[in-house]
Amino acid sequence: MNIYLSIFVNFLVGIVGGVFGGLGMGGGTLLIPLLSIVLGYEQKLCQGINLVSFLVMASISLLIHYKHGFLELRGTFYIIISGLIFSSLGAVMAGLLPSKILRICFGVFLCILAFFQLFKLFKKHKD
Amino acid sequence: MLKDRNLSYNLKCVNYSKLIKGNAKKIAFRFFSTKKVNFHRSSGEKKRIIQPENKAKTKNHGSDLAKNKISTKHKWLLILSGSVIGLLNGFFGGGGGMICVPILQKVLSLDAKKAHATAIAVIFPLSLISAFIYVINGFISSFPLLTVGLGVVAGGVIGAYALKFLPPKIIQLIFALIMLGGGIKLIL
Repeated sequence: MNIYLSIFVNFLVGIVGGVFGGLGMGGGTLLIPLLSIVLGYEQKLCQGINLVSFLVMASISLLIHYKHGFLELRGTFYIIISGLIFSSLGAVMAGLLPSKILRICFGVFLCILAFFQLFKLFKKHKD
Repeated sequence: MLKDRNLSYNLKCVNYSKLIKGNAKKIAFRFFSTKKVNFHRSSGEKKRIIQPENKAKTKNHGSDLAKNKISTKHKWLLILSGSVIGLLNGFFGGGGGMICVPILQKVLSLDAKKAHATAIAVIFPLSLISAFIYVINGFISSFPLLTVGLGVVAGGVIGAYALKFLPPKIIQLIFALIMLGGGIKLIL
């Protein structure tokens, strides 16, 4: 593929993922399948890209949220401590598995999340 | 006599507050059980009986107490949810926020806006450590990272502005459908 074209397509996919992220609906859950399906990158690379771009986005939005006073850090200490241990464990596990299996696992994870989201939406409509 | 009664009433009030402080755990539990989702019951725990005296006060101060003191039960709940969030976020390289927001809303009883903001603060260190491991393992290459990353930042700014103009329910529906489609495509 032409390098300029691929830069443009990458940028475009990034924008689509980023828009949903900016809307506050887990941009990562959308960016990863987009990268994987549209651009055909390896699953591990997609996840890595998502993690790093999340870090960039999060540091900006954290600053804004902090200024608005939306951060309630009380009690989150426990989540973070156990989360740190298990997220490193998860990252190591992802490294051990081949990308193909990881891709299928992620697909299942996405479907479950989507079902939950739909369920929540229709429940709200009933109320 | 009347004065005495008043005095004793006052004393009762003082004791009352002490009692509540001592029973913070119970009250916090009661506060939880009134909420829609109950982690406690689903984990097979028997519902605790709370004395009727406490019940009246709980209505007024339940939320404050629950916020002021985090009981051991909540601590374990938070640790458990943290491990689930961490594992998924590390393994899938994302998606932890989508689980974190409802947990924060239910366990720490934050409203939606605060829960969203706090979820980012919670996920940030987790993503940092897993991104570090991904980099060490050599999963990330610079060209796609830079091009896509720039797009994500630009898109994020657009999305943050677009939030004001778009009806959230329709976006959520579109989002869920895209996720479902993407998930099925990934599995196949």
